[in-house]
Amino acid sequence: MKELLEMFIIFARIGGFTFGGGYAMLPMLEKEVVNNKHWATEEELMDYYAIGQCTPGIIAINTATFIGYKVKGIPGAIMATLGVIAPSLVIITVITAFISNFMDLWFVSSAFAGIRACVCVLIFDAVLKLGKKALVDNAAKIIFLIVLGISLFTNVSSALLVAAAGVVGVMIKGSTGNKNTGKRERKQA
Amino acid sequence: MNVYLEIFIRFFSCGLFAVGGGLATLPFLYEISRETGWYTYQDISNMIAISESTPGPMGVNMATYVGFHIEGIAGALIAPLSLVLPSVIIILIISRVLDRFKSAPVVQNVLYGLRAASAALIAAAGLGVAKIAFLTMDDEAVTALPGLNVKAVILAVAVYVGLKKFKKHPIVYIICSAAAGVVLRF
Repeated sequence: MKELLEMFIIFARIGGFTFGGGYAMLPMLEKEVVNNKHWATEEELMDYYAIGQCTPGIIAINTATFIGYKVKGIPGAIMATLGVIAPSLVIITVITAFISNFMDLWFVSSAFAGIRACVCVLIFDAVLKLGKKALVDNAAKIIFLIVLGISLFTNVSSALLVAAAGVVGVMIKGSTGNKNTGKRERKQA
Repeated sequence: MNVYLEIFIRFFSCGLFAVGGGLATLPFLYEISRETGWYTYQDISNMIAISESTPGPMGVNMATYVGFHIEGIAGALIAPLSLVLPSVIIILIISRVLDRFKSAPVVQNVLYGLRAASAALIAAAGLGVAKIAFLTMDDEAVTALPGLNVKAVILAVAVYVGLKKFKKHPIVYIICSAAAGVVLRF
């Protein structure tokens, strides 16, 4: 029970400070879930993001559900998910009910300009750290560059890119036993 | 039909079919607006602005905003919960399957590809935010180089140095940057 409550609080804290979509959650997940609590490894975090990308629903929710389930089963999945959405429910309800001109308040847009600059730095720092775990060899680096290029310059859906990368992974590594990724995983498990 | 039930069904199917993050829910929200008249297109654009400027996942923010417009606090609870329910169910199923087949080589090799793609998509998202944060869209901001928001760049450098030096929780840097934005009138 105590751990479930802790899970709710940690995910509420992450939800309450995620500005700009699910990807902005990543630096906080890395700090709280990977470094502090050891609820998931960096590799698992990348897997959750990738799978969340090509399944229906909001990526932040998908990731929270994955981590919650891994740590505490179905109750964990529910608590983590409720934690992520709780701050949104409260904040949006208050703003909608009481502040009709929220966006016109000058300090709101100034604060957000500051937050955006900060969030980019945090995301890049997280990508650098996670990238080291994800890009284990040259083939993975090439997949990274190709997907980055396609998603920057075209409108191909992310879900499609992720699915294609999964297929390419199997094509490169084969569908049977292999030396690299498999061993690495097992050592950590 | 009971309005609560209708909110549930509409947002549940929105959550079930919107693949790829918060903005993917938009077409569904337009459709709900057209078919029910619960809120206007103008409400949707206000909502996007507010959702982008408040913490939390955008899809959840939008559902809460719309739900509140339809049916007050009850709507603000039912809409986002209905929206996330399909994700939770689907991810639980995937988690179970993944648990069982995790050590299978083919799954490992799929994940090998997925992780690289995932890192790339996150980097692309970061670049998207960077474009808005560092390139100015209007002439009001003080700029040395045309189109470059110097204040934001300086703040970003300061955040990076602070991040490497003090290794504090990301929330600390977010709060400081919000304060810097307000004090320096970004």
